Amino acid sequence: MKRIVADPAKCMACRACGIACALAHAEGEDLVEAILEGARPRVYVEAAGKLAVPLQCRHCEDAPCVRVCPSGALSRAGEDEPVLVDQDRCIGCAFCVQACPFGVIRLAGRGKAMSADRQVAGLKAVIKCDLCASLRAEGREPACVTACPVGALSFEEVEASAKRTRARAAAAAACEGKR
Amino acid sequence: MAGSQKRSVDPASQAMIDCACEAGVDIAWDRLAAQEPQCGFGALGICCRNCAMGPCRIDPFGEGADKGVCGATADTIVARNLLRSLLGGAAAHSDHGREIVHALALAAEGKSEAYRVKSPAKLRKLAAEYGIEHEGRTDGEVAKDLAHFLLGEFGKQEGELLDVQRAPEQQRKNWQVVGAVPRGVDREIVTGMHMTNVGVDNDPEHLIMGAVRASLADGWGGSMIATDVSDVLFGSPRWVRSRANLGVLKDDEVNVIVHGHEPTLSDVIVAASQDPGLLAEAKAKGANGINLAGICCTANEILMRHGIPIAGNYLQQELAILTGAVEVMLVDVQCVWPSLAELQKCFHTKVISTSSKAKFPGATHIEFHEDEAMETARKILRIAIDNFANRDRSKVRIPSEQEGLIAGFTTENVFEMLGGRYRPSYRPLNDGIQTGRLRGVAGVVGCNNPKFTHDEYHLAMVKELIRNDVLVVQTGCSAIACGKAGLLAPEAAEKYAGKGLQEICRAVGIPPVLHVGSCVDNSRILTACAEMVKEGGIGDSFDKLPVAGAAPEWMSEKAISIGMYVVASGIYTVVNPALCVKGSRVVEELLTKSFEKLFGATWAFEEDPVRGARLMIDHIDRKRRDLGLPGPMYEVPYAPRAEKAAVAVAG
Repeated sequence: MKRIVADPAKCMACRACGIACALAHAEGEDLVEAILEGARPRVYVEAAGKLAVPLQCRHCEDAPCVRVCPSGALSRAGEDEPVLVDQDRCIGCAFCVQACPFGVIRLAGRGKAMSADRQVAGLKAVIKCDLCASLRAEGREPACVTACPVGALSFEEVEASAKRTRARAAAAAACEGKR
Repeated sequence: MAGSQKRSVDPASQAMIDCACEAGVDIAWDRLAAQEPQCGFGALGICCRNCAMGPCRIDPFGEGADKGVCGATADTIVARNLLRSLLGGAAAHSDHGREIVHALALAAEGKSEAYRVKSPAKLRKLAAEYGIEHEGRTDGEVAKDLAHFLLGEFGKQEGELLDVQRAPEQQRKNWQVVGAVPRGVDREIVTGMHMTNVGVDNDPEHLIMGAVRASLADGWGGSMIATDVSDVLFGSPRWVRSRANLGVLKDDEVNVIVHGHEPTLSDVIVAASQDPGLLAEAKAKGANGINLAGICCTANEILMRHGIPIAGNYLQQELAILTGAVEVMLVDVQCVWPSLAELQKCFHTKVISTSSKAKFPGATHIEFHEDEAMETARKILRIAIDNFANRDRSKVRIPSEQEGLIAGFTTENVFEMLGGRYRPSYRPLNDGIQTGRLRGVAGVVGCNNPKFTHDEYHLAMVKELIRNDVLVVQTGCSAIACGKAGLLAPEAAEKYAGKGLQEICRAVGIPPVLHVGSCVDNSRILTACAEMVKEGGIGDSFDKLPVAGAAPEWMSEKAISIGMYVVASGIYTVVNPALCVKGSRVVEELLTKSFEKLFGATWAFEEDPVRGARLMIDHIDRKRRDLGLPGPMYEVPYAPRAEKAAVAVAG
């Protein structure tokens, strides 16, 4: 399964990913309207010393959020599929928010995925990264990846990114050996 | 190629955009695509870089930081940022004005052969207005005093700018109430910069009043002085026929394009290009002449006074070089892209920068000083003549499009146009409005912006306005857009104007869209409104006049300053894109709602140009009703624009 891979060494902390994420999950294309209608980002840029680290759902194999969800709102359609939220089934207990080891699930207001009567009731439900299901259906990459101006985010198999890391490590080791 | 039609509605520009695609050359639209998506924090106006505790940002989603490190809220940050960018625009206009006054001083002191007073009538009119002794004195003596007086207006610290007296009493009263009467041209810019420094002014409303004051120092100061003194020095414009679009470039002549803003150099270039010696040199090199054409506002300056044709507007600066037929592109200040220096490498074109304020890495720099203007102009033209031989014929692609136009309208000559030379008067204009034959007057001005299909928004808005019997006055790149589309020609009345406006155009012999000059000449629109008020019958202050303004494709900080002084002068103004203020409800509401109580007019943000025109027409109708004027003589049904065309260009 392709995942969003972040390179903290490249991240400039501009939060373009967050803006694009909120917009991608809103009704229209206007940022101000999206904010007013309650759109919120599902990607978080956290500071780690001098580095900035973009974080979003890792779509864990053995996902704690799916395990703890009492209403079956969190699930995955099958192997190699992302973990998704059915906002209409979510009861807003926030167990998943506590269970998530990365803190990337949260309770938020009405979203476009929620049925109208629940929206009207002002009920909250959890939101999290869905790897931009609607964009991927059109063969496009998740919005945060496209929006990143410096290429700190990529959408790929983790094996591909691990391969890059190995190549980097090998080069570093070779350098070390020459000294 | 696909895409060029989304980028521009102008066929000449479409052809050149296709050429750029074929050649694999990056132009503005490509660079815009590479910038997308553009930063949401910047667009909302909620990032602040004014001190080194930052950069700070407010979380627009209302969950993270709601204050900068100093404690500034989104409201403070948005207001501070708007003021700073407005100051950039006001500074540009006013510094331009200062250069012109400086040239007048040199001319008066006999220190420059290139300049002399070409409009003694305007010189003496201004002298009388400012209380400068002029009877029995030579033009030179009067000009010297006038120049020194006006230079003093830039550096004045106390009191108020004298041109403010030209505004109706109600406007001056409004400005006094909010403390926005400008004291000196430079002073308001410096004070504004001080206000935006960390830990100075933190009150959003107070910051915006600082912006109003600085903009008034531009519109009723720097820009107005620039217009007046340009008229004195280079001549008061008269109605003049000319042509516009890339088709004015010539295959068999040395093509020299002037691009930028200040007429101090371009006007001298016009004189030098007619020099028989230089023409002979051009002949000797195999060229049939020297063909001068302009881009942006320096083009408008020499169009207004000499009928020099226009090669294009703001988004055509790269396209002109792409024709492969330009020997020299001569640039000074404002709206000139650094990309030109890179693009010239693909052709024989030489980009020559001339201002002591603006250098371009990769361009040839020949600094221009007013006291040796003529020598510099000749030197530059010689470079162009020598470069003619280097033109690669196989690369030449001059589009055929060019349109005829009439330009050269001013506050002063509209008197004669309307009333005739023997009884010059604004009466026919006011009469036309009072009877409802003319619904009102709209100023449509401003830039191009690659985010919106080039020229389309100007044309759609202007066509909708004149269709509804609204007379349109224009400056800047908006005027050039309409010139290229034939709207500045008298025949446009029959084709596009409503019945009432057609009758006026036929009776007076004017086009339905009047070109009044460059972007500093927006001050002509202010003085023309003052004449309409003086003539009487359609309101005793600007905010009562059935008039409106718009900038449907703006991009420059200068447009922010223009918009602000126009709105603060009581004229409702529609702009696209919206100002970068949407991150603050307080500032947005102040500009688009509360301004009504303070100044009798507001800003409005509307992307669709036809809906924008409709907002202006509705406003004009409201003003007509308030004045007790009859409804329009000929009502026209509202035609909403096709949805397809409203889509912004994505690159």
